[in-house]
Amino acid sequence: MLWYTGRRLLQLIPVFFGATFLIYFMVFALPGDPVAALFGDKTPSPAVIDAIRAEYNLDKPFIVQYLLYIGGLFTGDLGTTFSGRPVADELVRAFPITFRLAMLALVFEAVAGIVVGLVAGLRKGKLFDTSALVVSLLLISVPTFVIGFLLQYVFGIQLGLFRTTVSSQAPWSELVLPAIVLASVSFAYIVRLTRASVAENSSADFVRTASAKGLTRRRVVTVHILRNSLVPVVTYLGVDIGSLMVGAIVTEGIFNIQGVGGTVYRAITLGEGPTVVSFVAVMVIIFMLANLLVDLLYALLDPRIRYAK
Amino acid sequence: MPSNDSSALSADHFVADLEETPIRAVDAIDESEKPRSSWNDAWDSMKRRPTFWIAAGLILVVVVVALFPGLFTSVDPRAAELTKSNQGGESGHLLGFTLQGADVFSRIIWGTRASLTVGLLATIIVTLVGIVIGSLAGFYGGWLDAIVSRIGDIFFAIPTVLGAIVLMSILPTRTPLTVALVLSVFAWPQIARVMRGSVLSARGSDYVTASAALGVSRFRILLRHVVPNAITPVIVVATVSLGTFIVAEATLSFLGIGLPPSTMSWGNDINAARTSLRVSPAPLFWPAAALSVTVLSFLLMGDVVRDALDPKARARR
Repeated sequence: MLWYTGRRLLQLIPVFFGATFLIYFMVFALPGDPVAALFGDKTPSPAVIDAIRAEYNLDKPFIVQYLLYIGGLFTGDLGTTFSGRPVADELVRAFPITFRLAMLALVFEAVAGIVVGLVAGLRKGKLFDTSALVVSLLLISVPTFVIGFLLQYVFGIQLGLFRTTVSSQAPWSELVLPAIVLASVSFAYIVRLTRASVAENSSADFVRTASAKGLTRRRVVTVHILRNSLVPVVTYLGVDIGSLMVGAIVTEGIFNIQGVGGTVYRAITLGEGPTVVSFVAVMVIIFMLANLLVDLLYALLDPRIRYAK
Repeated sequence: MPSNDSSALSADHFVADLEETPIRAVDAIDESEKPRSSWNDAWDSMKRRPTFWIAAGLILVVVVVALFPGLFTSVDPRAAELTKSNQGGESGHLLGFTLQGADVFSRIIWGTRASLTVGLLATIIVTLVGIVIGSLAGFYGGWLDAIVSRIGDIFFAIPTVLGAIVLMSILPTRTPLTVALVLSVFAWPQIARVMRGSVLSARGSDYVTASAALGVSRFRILLRHVVPNAITPVIVVATVSLGTFIVAEATLSFLGIGLPPSTMSWGNDINAARTSLRVSPAPLFWPAAALSVTVLSFLLMGDVVRDALDPKARARR
């Protein structure tokens, strides 16, 4: 296990540098002047441009710029936002809100998704199974922002059960509806994954053996079928953290939540390129770390992977 | 026909003369029909499923609408009457009017092209790049595979829409082509990985060994034998990803960094209608419905194709 962890950590290093380099390269080496973009349609004086270029190290060779940026990342200096506030400060303020929202969404999609998927998989071909499949397909084909608007319209405006926007403190109760919106697509995928996995495992030899031994149905389902079916679901949850962050940008934008996603959303709509980049870079790093964590969890769940290499 | 010669040759060597053991009726091979390929089998299994016909019908409608929008509506989608702003349906304008007073139905019809173009272009680019890179890496292996796979890992580490957000918020020009290119930049490793894995398992097949023994060149083996036999999983992934690209374009347009507002697309119309959601939900609801039905039909098609091409899944059903 230790060997496996070490190897995975080593593999992460080139990916980390590659991905951050890629993002940095896209922003600063491609056509389109980030400094000019700062000013929108106004034309700043050459002296101002030079000062800003020096401040962002744009006057130095590209590779030096990148190394300075990476050095900053490791010392907690994530750059400054459009309005001059340090990105790190913004993150410290906004991250807890997004973290709570994402946790709520993860718990919702995991619990509801696995339960619905398990029942559907055990009753393959029955009415519940068919309707679960139809609903999950619908949820996947409707974009998150449309689901967000619809739920906001129905529950917030028509029924008045929830507030349509979340206050800046973002208490748990106000995050319930946004979390459901954020979780909706992933919920559908988890239902489909669990269902397929449960249906396949139900006819596996070890399940027949367990039933033949005289174990109760309850024990066969929970210990033999469910546990073995969860391996692909756990992997999916890891990959899903990436889509949760994209979803957070959209969902927090719709419900006006002051989290990381909401900050990125406002930066995008206001055209603040540099802010978008520094936040998204942090999101990509979180995504990579989460993937690593899930890989390790995966090895814990499935001994075959642990001992393979 | 060199292949006929070689089979005749082997028959001489390993099979007894016809006079000694005449072909019995049971052994007779019906050669009147063309040999069945796995594609024939897949087609047979697909055409029996109603889901296939529903999905194919919907896709056909969407494609025809995108090609000839003028056939479906005579109303100018850009003609806006502010007095009709957000009004409900009336005769000739069944779905009502947008905030700007333009006909909702007409805008949906004319917006089809942009959404479908982005999805189709991105899918074509990603599939071509993925097939070429994946099959080269999987077939030749070695340092080529190592380098390509590591580069793929780097792009794979950045979620497609997140990467697209960064690129699109910087690019000065936004057309269906640039949106498709930007989405492709981050989406190709998925197809390349699928293709590589599939090529790896096809590479060890007996027919590959046989062709190599017959002296067929490596590149020709890859082109004629490995790629055609390894391509099915890619087709499934590509069909589904067409739907997800359409969603991705709509998401980018919703964020205001997809297609420019002057381009008519479902994503732009949904974004434009959000401000007046409280007053009238219809201008937001209908383009969203059009988009969802289109995506749904590609997802269903992907499901059917996967079931048809995977004999294991077919047997299970």
